[in-house]
This record gives sequence, C-alpha cells and structure tokens, in this order.
Amino acid sequence: MITAICFYIFATILIGSGIMVVFSKNPVHSVLFLILAFFNAAGLFVLLGAEFVAMILVIVYVGAVAVMFLFVVMMLDINFTELRKGVQDYLPIGLLIGIILMVEMVVIVGGWSMTDGIAVTINSATPKVLEVTNTDAIGRILYTDNIFLFQLAGLILLVAMIGAIVLTHRKRSGVKKQDIGKQVRRRRHEAYEAVDVKPGQGI
Amino acid sequence: MEIGIEHYLTVAAMLFTLGVFGIFLNRKNVIIILLSIELILLSVNINLVAFSSYMGDMVGQIFTMLILTVAAAEASIGLAILVVYFRNRGSIAVEDINLMKG
Repeated sequence: MITAICFYIFATILIGSGIMVVFSKNPVHSVLFLILAFFNAAGLFVLLGAEFVAMILVIVYVGAVAVMFLFVVMMLDINFTELRKGVQDYLPIGLLIGIILMVEMVVIVGGWSMTDGIAVTINSATPKVLEVTNTDAIGRILYTDNIFLFQLAGLILLVAMIGAIVLTHRKRSGVKKQDIGKQVRRRRHEAYEAVDVKPGQGI
Repeated sequence: MEIGIEHYLTVAAMLFTLGVFGIFLNRKNVIIILLSIELILLSVNINLVAFSSYMGDMVGQIFTMLILTVAAAEASIGLAILVVYFRNRGSIAVEDINLMKG
C-alpha cells in the first residue's frame, strides 16, 4: 500500500515537472524542474530496488549535468522571449505527433506480457536482497561480465572531456602570462648594461 | 493495490512523449531541446530499471549506467558546441544555424 502511494506521488511529480520543463517560459525554471524530475525518477528507482542507480542518478544528473545546464543558461546572455515566438505554430503538429506516439506506446505496453520460461534465459540474476546488497551485486557483474561496457563508458567520458576542452579552449591575445622558458633563456647582457659614469658628468 | 511493471512503463512512455513533444514545441531554443533529450533518456532509464527489477536481471541496471554516461557526455559536448556557437554568432536560434547548408 505504502509502495503504491509513493509510486503515485513520485510519478505524478515526475510527469508534472516534465510538463513544466517543456512549457516553462524561463529556461532557468526549465532546468530547475528538470532537477525535480530527476529527484523523483531517483525515488522511482529506489522503489524498484535499484538504490545504486538512484544515487548515481542524483549525483551525476543533479550534481553535474543540471548544474552545467544552469551554468550555461545563466552565462549566455540570450533574449529568451525572442526564442519563445512561434511556439503556437508548432503546437498542433507537436500535439499530433505526441498523441500518435503515446497511443502507439500504450498499445505496445497493453498488449505485452512476459513469457513463462523467461527466468531460464537470464544470465546474471538478481541475488537475494538480504544476502547481497544492490551495490555489491552491481559490482560483482560490472567488473567481471560487463567489463567491456565499463571501459567503453570510460572511453566515452574521456572523448567527451577532450572534445569539450578542445571546443571551448581559446587563445587570447594581449594577456600577460608567465613564460618560464623565456625567463630561463634570459641572459645578463640582455637585462642590463654597465655604464662607466664619470663623477660630475652624468650620462 | 499492486504496482506492476505496466505502471512504470506507462510513466516512462508519458515522459518519452513529453520529451518528443518538447523538441517539437521549442524548435527555436537549443537549450530546451537538450533538456528534452535528457527527459527522453531518463524515460529509457526508467524502462530499463523497471524491466531489470521485474525480471530479476541485473544487466538492465548496468545498461542504465552506460546510458547515464552517454547522456552526460552528450550534454557536455552539446553545451560546449552551444557556448562556441554563441561566442561566434551571438545567438543560439536554431534557424540561424544554416551555415553548412551550402
């Protein structure tokens, strides 16, 4: 019973904040509602018994991705009311495609059932919750059976990091920076000149 | 009142539809389009975790983490492109992005 109540609370807020992400006039509000959506999705994951993924979702999405979005939205000086123009033009076609998509997915979910013998085909079954925790169970198969997936994820992150740095890095002119090589190469005769000044004459 | 897998699939389907709808509705604003893509990926994650939980197979959660990684990488690259584009053109309207049309 309590599970059902929690599910409906999480699901309602998730869908509601999803609607607000799409319809909000201010992109900052959109990002904040996206954070709310991620928190509620994490709640759904906890209900499903996937605590590790739920916490990862909160850390990665709320802690990194959403903050990055917020940073970019606030940093770029954009006239958002200009961008909102013409939303009404796309409303009918968007609604049409959305309704078609929704109906199709409902038909698929409605006419779907699990085969009886499906448990035989499962490779890495979930261990009993009381014996092995969710995090432990994920670790046991992540670093053994799915090691290539894990390394692929690392590679994707590496490429994304390099790509982001290469894209946004720029050389500025007119900035005074320390050049250690130049400092080391400096010789005495470049730096000063010894002049023999006679008394009472000056240079 | 038993919460079955259909409930989770329905929520995920609604979220997916919302994401697609958001892309169509905010065709001028790249930031909202990126946020909609995040919503779509989140709905896929909900599907994967729901199936993983109800079928008793852990691999779904592994795949969820891979999708999480891809989503983070996609967001970072997309926002980097956005920042560079804004720096060069002073606008992020989608209609202005037609330099490569030829």
